[in-house]
Amino acid sequence: MPPLAQRNLFHDKVRLAVTLTGIVFSVVLIVVQLGLFLGFTTATSNLIDHSGADLWITSQNVPYVEQGVAFSERKLYQVRAVPGVADAQKIITRFAQWKRHDGSQESIQVVGINVDDKLERPWNLVDGRVEDLKSPDAVILDELYKQKLGVSHVGEVFEIGHFRARVVGFTHGIRSFTTSPYVFTSFKNAQDFTNLREDQTMFILVKVAPGADLQRVRRDILAHVKDVDVLPTAQFSRMTTLYWMFTTGAGVAVLIAAVLGLVVGFVVVAQTIYATTMDHIREYGTLKAMGAPNSYVYKVIMKQAAISAVIGYALGMVVSIFVVHGSEKGGAAILMPPSMAGGMFFLTLAMCVGAALVSINKVTRIDPAMVFKG
Amino acid sequence: MQPAIKVRDLTKRYDEGAAGNLALRGIDLDVHAGELLLLMGPSGSGKTTLLSIMGCILTATSGSVRIAGREVVGLSQKQLPALRLEHIGFVFQGFNLFPTLTAAENVELMLDLKGVSGGKAKRRAEELLDQVGLSPKSESFPADLSGGQKQRVAIARALAGDPQIVLADEPTAALDSLTGKTVMEMMGRLAHERGRAVVIVTHDSRVTPFADRIVRIEDGAIAPHEETAAVPPGVLTQTAQPALGLI
Repeated sequence: MPPLAQRNLFHDKVRLAVTLTGIVFSVVLIVVQLGLFLGFTTATSNLIDHSGADLWITSQNVPYVEQGVAFSERKLYQVRAVPGVADAQKIITRFAQWKRHDGSQESIQVVGINVDDKLERPWNLVDGRVEDLKSPDAVILDELYKQKLGVSHVGEVFEIGHFRARVVGFTHGIRSFTTSPYVFTSFKNAQDFTNLREDQTMFILVKVAPGADLQRVRRDILAHVKDVDVLPTAQFSRMTTLYWMFTTGAGVAVLIAAVLGLVVGFVVVAQTIYATTMDHIREYGTLKAMGAPNSYVYKVIMKQAAISAVIGYALGMVVSIFVVHGSEKGGAAILMPPSMAGGMFFLTLAMCVGAALVSINKVTRIDPAMVFKG
Repeated sequence: MQPAIKVRDLTKRYDEGAAGNLALRGIDLDVHAGELLLLMGPSGSGKTTLLSIMGCILTATSGSVRIAGREVVGLSQKQLPALRLEHIGFVFQGFNLFPTLTAAENVELMLDLKGVSGGKAKRRAEELLDQVGLSPKSESFPADLSGGQKQRVAIARALAGDPQIVLADEPTAALDSLTGKTVMEMMGRLAHERGRAVVIVTHDSRVTPFADRIVRIEDGAIAPHEETAAVPPGVLTQTAQPALGLI
């Protein structure tokens, strides 16, 4: 096929620039919003997903991890006695106040763990070791929150509640969805920092023995331990994510913005391809007069839409990659896994081809007799 | 031999009902292969409507139109493009070339519609442009061609589909005398040397010497007793010579 589609598309460079700008805007907006959504969902359930546990034991009716209610730590021993439980550990996650050197305070989420165990250990350490948490008052936080908490290096001493806290290490990429950064410490320190009684815990994490039936172990724990909920990790993760993303409306807001990006892109592309089609309407009439079937004319228009989609997608991805990289040091991570990048290509193509349907409708109704009008 | 175009009792009414505009009424006309026929008449007489119906672009209200022996009245809109592609080539007043394609690519487009592409299409396009004397201009865009050159590209494109019938709507209207003569000579050769049935709608009296037959249309009907044989090609009247810029 002679290059009619490409030539018509590139003939009007200003209009092409408008088309591509619309597509790039749409691609970047959708990537950013979906990336934020993905970043948010990851952040909301970070702690749960990286716990290493198979089951989370909570007080009854705890809807998400930030709403934990303290219960007796004696239940830990009841849980350990259940067949199929390979490991069980007490965990604290609770809000507290971090006092900066300048006297101001910042809200934090204290995560208290058994440092000798593998469950709920901080991950992605870039400075220090998890074992350093065994030393008195030791805390590990994410380097992302250094500025927020007024921390510059390992060894600095701060105050949490009315207790001393010494920074022994930093992680990378452990984001909190709330504005309160996670601060990892030993279980004992966490009880002090959060004003929890010595005989209390917030959660119990369970690792099921290899080969044991998860659901059976869950049922057995429920039968042996009173007044608790026993949730598979994936379920508790989902509950926490759903709460933050949808009950609060945060997720809906970003999804609406993503849909808006799609609509804007669709409208811009539809308008510019329609304008290009109208500019060349006599040519399409001539094609039809020459005997071209409607499908031939559709192919020309669809090719224009596809070329615009490919170029717009490529440019949009370049911009998106810069934005994603730029967000790494920011408060909200924008994630773009390869599957999203691939999916965006097909979405962009569908958007442009769908937008071209407006023009398709127009050329279908062209009267080839128009070619005889001067 | 059956005519290339056979029209019997053709009527065309625009809009429905008695209030509709009767553009053509009771047209009977045959056009044979190897013949160059002029359709002449005042503006609004129905010439272009008749051409459009013969070209399977408009449909008749009633009557019969046979193209290469096939009845086309009653065919659906979906069936007509294939018929045009098979049997008919068009040459337009405004040339109707694709401005973003070169001369060769304009011709290749027609070939592409006929299912010829790639190297074969390129070679055939070059041959056709050579036949109309435009080989050196095959890579030029229409904006870089003169009016006469554009019309010759249009003729080459019309011939690319190897049609039995060539329909032209005011092909010399936008051309000067000399260029118009060149184009008409080419149209004449299509008919007389290549055996095509050529029908030209025109107001231009300068082209009458090239016609085998002139049919005048007035108020939607063939003017009675005015279907005249033209002066044989090559024999020009004294009044025609100045009009063609030859003296």
